[in-house]
Amino acid sequence: MYVAGCDVGSLSAKAVIMKDGEIVASQVINSKPDPNESAQAVMEKALQKANLTLDDIAYCVSTGYGRESVPFAKSAYSEIVCHGKGANWKMPSVRMVVDIGGQDAKAIRIDDKGNIAQYAYNDRCASGTGRFIEVMASAMDVPLEKMGEISAQSTNPISISNQCVVFAETEIVSLINAGKALPDIVAGLHKALANRVAGLARGIKLETDVTMTGGVAKNPGMLAALEEALGVRFVKSELDPQIMGALGAALLAFEHASKVN
Amino acid sequence: MITAGCDIGSLTTKAVILNNTRVLAFAVAKSHYDPIVGVTEVMNKVLKSAGVEMKDIGFCVGTGYGRERIPFAQKAVSEISCHAKGAQWLMPSVRTIIDVGGQDCKAMHVDAKGNIEKFVTNDKCASGTGRFLEVMAKLIGVELEELGQLAEQARNPIQLSAVCTAWSQAEVVTKLNLKYSKADIAAGINNAMASRVAILAKAAGVEKDVCMTGGVAKNIGVLRAMEEQLGVPMRRLRVDPQIVGALGAAVIAKESIGGAK
Repeated sequence: MYVAGCDVGSLSAKAVIMKDGEIVASQVINSKPDPNESAQAVMEKALQKANLTLDDIAYCVSTGYGRESVPFAKSAYSEIVCHGKGANWKMPSVRMVVDIGGQDAKAIRIDDKGNIAQYAYNDRCASGTGRFIEVMASAMDVPLEKMGEISAQSTNPISISNQCVVFAETEIVSLINAGKALPDIVAGLHKALANRVAGLARGIKLETDVTMTGGVAKNPGMLAALEEALGVRFVKSELDPQIMGALGAALLAFEHASKVN
Repeated sequence: MITAGCDIGSLTTKAVILNNTRVLAFAVAKSHYDPIVGVTEVMNKVLKSAGVEMKDIGFCVGTGYGRERIPFAQKAVSEISCHAKGAQWLMPSVRTIIDVGGQDCKAMHVDAKGNIEKFVTNDKCASGTGRFLEVMAKLIGVELEELGQLAEQARNPIQLSAVCTAWSQAEVVTKLNLKYSKADIAAGINNAMASRVAILAKAAGVEKDVCMTGGVAKNIGVLRAMEEQLGVPMRRLRVDPQIVGALGAAVIAKESIGGAK
């Protein structure tokens, strides 16, 4: 029996197809303006990879901010539930999941079955979400995916004094004009975001093991900064951390499908 | 007795020359990246238009960013005290003063003698400061000064749901794409601005009479929205609201000479 999970985020859409507890295909694409289109496009690509059609999927669960716009999903779950499920399935020792998304950040404490014990969430203030790094990368004219690489060359990270995205943007423009080294600025930005997100995690009591999910987890600079801010080493798996939400959705789809049959 | 006050803001620098009860001259100029160079230029300009020389100034008080380093000022006083003093000198009945600057916002509650009973400030978040309007004006392609007038033509103001400036930017882009008129968008921006400032004003305590100082007080749309939100009239001051801090500094300068009041 094939099941699928589809995670439509603000910046990227993800799909995971599973068969009998194994991942058979996964896909990540950049989001399109219309979440419905994003969902169709990412699922089509994942199905192609698995050599399947939509008819082969017994059950699909959607998640992410566009979860209500996924036409082929039979039910929708919050990202918080899905990230917890996905992380627990792949890394059973994990008790805390930190997810930095394009427009939000979450810290989720889970039990040994992947159920949510407590969570904290920020989507009110862009600072403390992936948008912070995105805005700064664009202000510095650096591709977002290069930020990690650049920060690795830093010898002396600059402390960024403004928290607000708008004020921090002005601050880094002045830092660049003052001739400060780009790697030091980038490393400083990672540190600033890490501290914001660490505050969120501490608010619900930090518990080990911790893992980081979401696209921002692919940025090694951000990962290291967050490890430092939390004082822990993250548990990692060979899976793309960006598909964790879609994976959790697929696992929930399996639970639903099993009940139905 | 001639005294002077200067106020170095994030966007503009202001100076006022006072002769007892009469404002002889005032000047407003864009702030210089070196605040001391900027304030010296503005001071020379205002002296010239008042027809006096530096040696004629009995006492000078500085306020704002870099106030401690103004070479020709004998005293540095906080902006809170200066705005409260300036507003009350102009309007003795004033009890609540709301100052919205280029990148901060302050609300002060004063007693009948002009003593500050309570004040609340925000300089951490761009939302609710002049910067919010600046970012939005640029986004919709109008001059900052036009926002107030433009909103007068609004028929159906848009609603902005986010507080964060970064998220509001995305919302406004969506509204532009949906072909909402600039007037309706401008009105929505002014309303959003007013609702954030109103929260701060309420925290300080709103008591009649209420007035607004700082550059944003020139925006009629924000003033009207504030009146609606707070349910009190915004009393108009008889001078440019932008110079109230510098005026207050000049009044404090007058009081500083031999205790003369």
